[in-house]
Amino acid sequence: MTLTYYLVLAAMLFTIGAVGVLVRRNAIVVFMCVELMLNSANLTLVTFSRAHGTVDGQVMAFFVMVVAAAEVVVGLAIIMSIYRTRRSASVDDANLLKY
Amino acid sequence: MIAAPHLSLADLAPLLFVFGAACVGVLVEAFAPRESRHPVQVAVALVGTVGALVSTLFLAGAHEVTAGGALAVDGAGLFLQATIAGLGALAILLFAERSLDPARSAFVAAAAVPVGSPRDRELATSERVQTEVYPLATFAIGGMLLFVAANDLLIMFVALEVLSLPLYLISGLARRRRLLSQEAALKYFLLGAFASGFFLYGLALVYGATGSVQLRDIRAAATAGGTDVLLVLGLGLLVVGLLFKASVAPFHTWTPDVYQGAATPVTAFMAACTKVAAFGAILRLLYVGFGTSEWTWRPLIYGVAIVSMVVGAVLGLTQTDLKRMLAYSSIAHAGFLLTGVIGLGPGGTGSGLSATIFYLLAYGLSTIGIFAVLTLVRDGDGEASHLSQWAGLASRSPVTAALMSLFLLSMAGIPLTAGFTAKFAVFRAAIQAGAWPLVVVALLASAVAAFYYLRVIVLMYFSPPSVEGPTVGVPGLPTTLVLAITATATLALGIFPGAVLDIAQRAAIFVG
Repeated sequence: MTLTYYLVLAAMLFTIGAVGVLVRRNAIVVFMCVELMLNSANLTLVTFSRAHGTVDGQVMAFFVMVVAAAEVVVGLAIIMSIYRTRRSASVDDANLLKY
Repeated sequence: MIAAPHLSLADLAPLLFVFGAACVGVLVEAFAPRESRHPVQVAVALVGTVGALVSTLFLAGAHEVTAGGALAVDGAGLFLQATIAGLGALAILLFAERSLDPARSAFVAAAAVPVGSPRDRELATSERVQTEVYPLATFAIGGMLLFVAANDLLIMFVALEVLSLPLYLISGLARRRRLLSQEAALKYFLLGAFASGFFLYGLALVYGATGSVQLRDIRAAATAGGTDVLLVLGLGLLVVGLLFKASVAPFHTWTPDVYQGAATPVTAFMAACTKVAAFGAILRLLYVGFGTSEWTWRPLIYGVAIVSMVVGAVLGLTQTDLKRMLAYSSIAHAGFLLTGVIGLGPGGTGSGLSATIFYLLAYGLSTIGIFAVLTLVRDGDGEASHLSQWAGLASRSPVTAALMSLFLLSMAGIPLTAGFTAKFAVFRAAIQAGAWPLVVVALLASAVAAFYYLRVIVLMYFSPPSVEGPTVGVPGLPTTLVLAITATATLALGIFPGAVLDIAQRAAIFVG
């Protein structure tokens, strides 16, 4: 079984996530796209771990999951506080700071 | 059976001090009664940061890799850790200022209360403050100390998040103009998380190319293999993630918004400490991990240095808000710092490393000082940061205007200030490494940037004051202390730079 498929899939997921961050307007969806990028990196790590025959990459994937969970807590807190004031989570509406 | 890695607790003393103080801060927040929390939190945070500063001085001269190869304790790392801990302590002092704002603090009383609600209006004028900002800032400082010592990409990633997550939160805690502050937090968070996604994918690719994330192994693999596409691609993504944190153009778009929206003491903290930490990590990654394959990163750094200097200098001209202007100035300074990064000759020769770490110290001190001056000048709605409000300030408060001029001159790099010595050092290093076209661009950019610094000075001294101008607050002990320390240091590093330059030179060693 070739491992290349997994790497290509991870690269595609990363690209979908990165494009999503740039084109989507809802802060929650943007944030989900960031999570997609982190998880595609996880898939890459696990695949390379298998390719190298060591468990380092799998352990790193656990570290990444913990960090991603902490990021969710902070991110949702910030998005919630904005939403409660503006009744909208659109990143286009947050436009007081410019130029 | 897994053997426990060698772990030298003495080498970790700076980190233990700061993280210990942060954990104690969380407990204080939970158990101390509300009235006594503020002084206790300030004391705990100061003990942590000053303890870290003192322990780095005791460790001076250490040169080893510990914690299973994950942490490097070396001259350059300790110099940067001392810089971060010292600047962090000054920022904590700015946070602790209670006599400038009529509501007795720059931070919101309850961050969870929606903006504009009756409860929010009631709390805005009360003397209640939220003290969560101290443990959060202490955690961020701990992350920064770890960031510059990380000898392993995974630890670097974890440290990046430990320093970033509290920063996202504290940039949303301003007491006044809360909508702007929350918006700044949202923008910083989304773009910061985006950038850490790039860093992480780069880490995964480097792991795939070399089979390890330790900088030493990466160096060995890069020396042996050389032209691996995965490795170069991974390096590119890692550098993008780090340049974002260092607010280098073209990855700077968050900087002006976040600097303007966050409370001014937080902006001071971010502008000074984050810059030091991010450049510490960039230097270590490039010199230790990829020092033998310079062709992979030199053109990239060369290019973004030019873009950053030009963007910072030119767009800074058009700003009317002082905090935004200083944000563009920090983008230009990031470009000057990259000039120093280019200044490392082949095989670790040249003075690039010592010049860059000296520049970081000088820039950090001036930055904390200039934002401390900004907190003094106020109108009815918080700080008066619009440029026009500063007209004729010298006739109203000569001392404030003189301090502001000193820090602006240092930012512009005028002789007899720290900024001049620092700029001279990085430009000399770049010329020695043969990068004179870069230095020509840097000199032109400095000249353009000097225009907008000097414009503020001209405005303060030679414009008639407006009738309804801002008031200049009388600072309490913490801000006075910060202003005294930063002004003295800015002058001292400009007039007698020898001793500190010498220390930077001796410290400029990375352990491989």
